[in-house]
Amino acid sequence: MTTLEDTNDLIGRGNREGAALFREWFAELGQTAAAGGQAAYVFVMGSTNEILKTFDLPVVFPEITSLQTAVRRVAHELLDEAEDYGYSPDICGYVKADVAVQLRGGKHPMGQLPSPTISVLTNACNTYIKWGEIWERMYGTPMFTIDVPGTRQAGTQTFSGNSDFEADRRYVETQLGELISLCENVTGKSFDIDKFREVLGHANTMSRCWNRVLELNAARPALFNAVTDGTIFLGVANAFRGTEAGALYFERLVEELEYKAANNIGQTIEEKYRLLFVGVPCYPIFRRFNELFSEWGGTFVNSTYLWFASGGTNRGFQYDLADPLASLAEGMLLSVRDAMDSMFYQDVAVAEMAKDFNIDGVIYHPIKSCRTVSTGLADGRRQMTKDLDIPSLFIESDMMDRRVVSEAQMKNRIDAFFEGLATRRQHAAVATSGSQGR
Amino acid sequence: MAYAAGVDVGSTQTKAVVIDEHRNIVGRSLIDTGANVVKAAESSFVAALAQGGIDEEEVEYVIGTGYGRYRVTFGNSQITEISCHGRGAVHLFPETRTVVDMGGQDTKAISVNAQGEIVDFCMNDKCAAGTGRFLGAAAAALDIPLDRLGPVSLQSRKPIKITTTCTVFAESEVLAWIGKGKKIEDILWGVHKSIAARSAGLMRRVGIDSEITFSGGVSRNVGMVKALEERLEQPLNISEECHFMGAMGAALFALDHVEAGRAPVTRTAEARS
Repeated sequence: MTTLEDTNDLIGRGNREGAALFREWFAELGQTAAAGGQAAYVFVMGSTNEILKTFDLPVVFPEITSLQTAVRRVAHELLDEAEDYGYSPDICGYVKADVAVQLRGGKHPMGQLPSPTISVLTNACNTYIKWGEIWERMYGTPMFTIDVPGTRQAGTQTFSGNSDFEADRRYVETQLGELISLCENVTGKSFDIDKFREVLGHANTMSRCWNRVLELNAARPALFNAVTDGTIFLGVANAFRGTEAGALYFERLVEELEYKAANNIGQTIEEKYRLLFVGVPCYPIFRRFNELFSEWGGTFVNSTYLWFASGGTNRGFQYDLADPLASLAEGMLLSVRDAMDSMFYQDVAVAEMAKDFNIDGVIYHPIKSCRTVSTGLADGRRQMTKDLDIPSLFIESDMMDRRVVSEAQMKNRIDAFFEGLATRRQHAAVATSGSQGR
Repeated sequence: MAYAAGVDVGSTQTKAVVIDEHRNIVGRSLIDTGANVVKAAESSFVAALAQGGIDEEEVEYVIGTGYGRYRVTFGNSQITEISCHGRGAVHLFPETRTVVDMGGQDTKAISVNAQGEIVDFCMNDKCAAGTGRFLGAAAAALDIPLDRLGPVSLQSRKPIKITTTCTVFAESEVLAWIGKGKKIEDILWGVHKSIAARSAGLMRRVGIDSEITFSGGVSRNVGMVKALEERLEQPLNISEECHFMGAMGAALFALDHVEAGRAPVTRTAEARS
C-alpha cells in the first residue's frame, strides 16, 4: 500500500532525480577533465552512445551543455566572446557557446568539460558536421560522420523486410563497424560484445520507458509539462542512454507517472488549454516562456522536441540482443530517420499528436539560430491549418540568443492567441447548448 | 445611458474612445504617450470624457489595450490590440477580412471573420523594420515634419528604390541618396514603397480576402495609403477613425461586458492610485 509519505516522495521525483543525475554527469565530466581523460563529443540525433558507453567513454553533448548556458542566463557572454573571436551573429548559437567554452579551456557554468578525444556525428543536421570540423581544427580531434539514409527518396519509407531498407541497414551497420574500429584505436581497448549487449539492454529499457512516458501524458489533466519537465527527462534520455542509472531513472519515472495517471494528478496549474509545442524551446527565458502560456491555463502536453531531441528513441525500438550490431544499425536507421521526419514530415507527426493528445492549439516556435528545425515550420503550419481545425501560433525567437528574444512582443502574440482560443471555446459552448436545446 | 470606454496605450501615442450603448463614439482623445504611461492613459481617458461631456462614473466598463494595457490602472480588464483592431475594423467596415495596423513600433497583419474575431495574425519581429519608426527615421534624416511625409512623397516623379528595411540603416541610405542629388520626394516615395512591400508580405502571410482596412497612426499618411494600394492592387478602407481603431475595439469589448451585466459595480479612485 502506498502511504502518504511514499506519495510525497513519488510526485516530482523524476524532476528531482533528473536534476541530480545531471549534476552527476557534469561532475563525472569534471573528473575526466581534471585527470586529462578521454571523452567523446556527440549529438542528440544519433549519438551512438551505445557504442561509446561500451568503451567507457564519457560523453559530452555540446547541444545540451550549450543550452544549459542559456538556461543559466550566461549564454550572451559566450555568444559575445565567440563573435568577438570572429564568428558571425548568424551562426548557430549552440556552436558559438561551445566555441567560447572551448576558448575558455572547457570552463562551463556547470563545471569543467574535458576536451574531445573523438567526435561522432550524423548527417541529421548539417551544422553537426561543421561543428565537428571546428574541434578537428582546434584539437585535431578525429571526427566520425555517420551517413543515415533519410526518407526523401520520392517520399517513400521502407521498413524491415524490404530490400531497400535492408541495404540501408547494412550501410549503417558497416559504418558502425568502422566506428568500433576507430574507438578501439582511440581508447586502446578491444570491443567487448558482452558489455555491448548489456548497454543495449539498458537502452532498450530506456526506449520502452520513454515511449511510455510520452504516451502517459495523453491523460487529462496532463501529468507533466512537455517543455519544462520534458526537457529534464530529455537530458537524462540522452546523457545516460545505455546506462544502468538511465534505465533505473526511466523505470522510476514511469512508476511516478503511472501513479499520477491512476490518481488523476496533473500539474499545479488548472489545465484549460492543451498545447502542442513544435520546435526548440526558448531557453534564454525558459521559465518565463512557459509562464506566458500557463498564466492562461495553457499546458504543453507534447512536443516535436521530445521526438527529435531524443534522437527518435520515442518510438521505443527494441534492440535484438542476439544480433546486436545489426540491430543497433536498424534502430539507428529508424530512430534518426524518425527524428528527422518529425521536422521534415512534421504535418504527419503533428496530426498524430493532435489526435492522440486532444490538442487545443499548436505553438510553432522557429528560432533564428537553427535553419534545420525552423525552415519547414511555415509549410508545416500551413499544411496543419489545411488538414486540422486547430488554431496555431507562430512566434519567433531563439534558443540561445536573448538579443532576439523580445518578451513584450512575445506576450502580446501569446495573449492574442489565447483571446482567440477563449472566443472559440465560447462559440463552441453556445453551439453545444443550442443543439441541446433543440 | 450606459457608456463604455477603450484606452489604447501605444508606444508613441495613447488613444481613448468612449462609446454609448448604441456604439456611437461620444468622446475620443489622442495624446503622446511619453515616459509616464500611467499618466498618459489617465490623461487620455479624462480628455475623451471631457470631449463627450461625460462623468467618469457614467462609464461602466473600461478596457485597456496596446503595449501599455496593464498600465491602464483604472481599467477593468485588458485585451491585446490585435483583438481590438480586428473588432474595431469590422465594426467600422463590416466587409473587412484583413486588417493592416501600422503603428509606431510594429506593423500587424490580422485576418478576421465577420464577427471581427481573429482568425490569424502576424507581425514584424524584434526590429522596427517597416513600421512607423522607419518613417520617423526618414523624416529626421530629411528634416521634414512627420505629417508632411505623405504629401511630399506623392509629388515623386522618379522614385528611388530603397533597399534597406532596417530603421537604423534607413537614415544612412536616405542621406546617401541626398548626397547623390536625388529629390526628396523621390527618396520619400521609395521609403513608402519599401514599407508597403514589407507590410504586404505580412498580409499575404495571413491571407488577403475581401476588404482590407488600414488602421493605426500611419493610416493618416496619404503616401502610405497610396503605396499600399498600389502594392496590393486594391483600395483600402480608410477613415478618420482608423487611428483610433484599437481604442474603438476595446470600447466595443467593454460594451459587451456592460451588456452582459458582468461589469463590476464601481471603479474606485483607489484603483487608479
